[in-house]
Amino acid sequence: MTPSRSPAIEFIGVDKRFRVKGSSTELLAATQVSFEVADGEVVSLIGPSGCGKSTLLNLGAGLAPPSAGAVRVAGNPVSGPNPHVAFMLQKDLLMPWRTIARNIEFGLELRGVPAARRREVSGQLLRQCRLEGFGEHYPHQLSGGMRQRAALARTLAVDPLVLLMDEPFSALDAQTKMVLQQDLARTVSEQRKTVLFITHDLSEAVALSDRILVMSERPGTIAARITVDLPDRDNPMARRKHPGLTRHVNELMALLKLDDGTELH
Amino acid sequence: MQRERLVTGFWSLAVLAAFLALWEWGPGLAGIPAFVLPPFSAVCSEAVRIWGAEKLLWHAGITTAEVMIGFVLGSFLGALIGFTLGASPRIEAVLSPYLLALQIAPKVAFAPLFVMWLGYTIYPKILVAVLIVFFPVLINVLTAMRNTDVDLTNLARSFSATRWQIFRMVEYPTTLPALFSGLRIASTLAVIGVVVGELVGGNLGLGFLLVFFEGQGNTAGVFVVIGALTVIGVLAYYAVVLAERRVLHYLPSADTPVR
Repeated sequence: MTPSRSPAIEFIGVDKRFRVKGSSTELLAATQVSFEVADGEVVSLIGPSGCGKSTLLNLGAGLAPPSAGAVRVAGNPVSGPNPHVAFMLQKDLLMPWRTIARNIEFGLELRGVPAARRREVSGQLLRQCRLEGFGEHYPHQLSGGMRQRAALARTLAVDPLVLLMDEPFSALDAQTKMVLQQDLARTVSEQRKTVLFITHDLSEAVALSDRILVMSERPGTIAARITVDLPDRDNPMARRKHPGLTRHVNELMALLKLDDGTELH
Repeated sequence: MQRERLVTGFWSLAVLAAFLALWEWGPGLAGIPAFVLPPFSAVCSEAVRIWGAEKLLWHAGITTAEVMIGFVLGSFLGALIGFTLGASPRIEAVLSPYLLALQIAPKVAFAPLFVMWLGYTIYPKILVAVLIVFFPVLINVLTAMRNTDVDLTNLARSFSATRWQIFRMVEYPTTLPALFSGLRIASTLAVIGVVVGELVGGNLGLGFLLVFFEGQGNTAGVFVVIGALTVIGVLAYYAVVLAERRVLHYLPSADTPVR
């Protein structure tokens, strides 16, 4: 890993087209997307539904190649799945046939890490994500919030440089959400992880991020870049009480033209 | 809870008792002769006679063995081909019209053909069972492979999983519940396949006994054999259910509270 000068992840003039099923035309999902996320930075991506946010995340994870431009992670072009990147979705994607501990170890197992070492890592993450004692439980025995914490633990287990998160907390109730945001912010700042975070929740974006990128409607491109000049990035609860949060949310609402009644979803 | 279960059990037994009573005395009251519908007691004493005189257990054992072998082979082949087609949509697209045709063709109609090919042995019976068991297992596995969560395979891919790892650790376990519901259907179909095979030819198994008693006009004997076949079917079904409970223990069931 070379976190030195190059950004943790960067998109350089990225276009992404999709073949439309049953037609010869192509759909331009995202165009001319250029941005970078510095090492240890948390950047949120917001924008109207269908603007290609999740597409960008797939490109970052190396699950699909860009149609034009390039994606680089730690200075190296992304040509496929790579060990520097891990993603987390709204769905917890815990496998019902695996215990929580073995779900957390999934990535390590795929990468051939020996069982003893895997146990060590999952044990430590269970403590860190406040799931101690639930390692031998099956997913259906846990609440939604706990399941999502297990998903976070699975993402952290492979010790990625960059975390790509696609609305990871949007299916949770308001209180659980805040607790998990707090956990995430603390973990990310303690371990100096880089995060690219997709969300529809404007105050969540302001509470968690160093910077926010606003995307346009399809074909999506970066329409605005905002720096969140608030303290306490490692403590979103404190940030939520900060008067500056509302100012940023208002700014985002104006950028997304929500006042005009444009639909966000 | 406990009380409720006792009450349910009591009524179940009451229904059984009423049914047996109706069987025992109903035909006599309605004037139906015993050679058409023998009373329950006659069937019971005939069962005791057949047990000794016609080696009921021996024939039942042969039928059971054929059912087991046919079930295991057919399920194995069905699952194997289901996994293969599920993993390669191209091959599935090429073969699907033929698979559909074969699936619709009545499998028991192949029984005379298999007897002509393989003679009056146990093999044509096993082959009918294999053929009849094959499709429900194949279709269930294939459908489940198709419905594997793309996000889950993407998760595995993002961790640099190989194609084989994705199959072994994501797709295969995903298909297990569907595989088991296929196996449940297969377990009862296997009995049908074997019996039809035995009816067609040979001097072995419960299907042969059916034809034999039919020739004698021994209605009670036929009832005994139907009973024996039902017992085999029930045992086969519960063997699958038991295996399913052990393998799919991680699925939430009605009596484990969900938090």
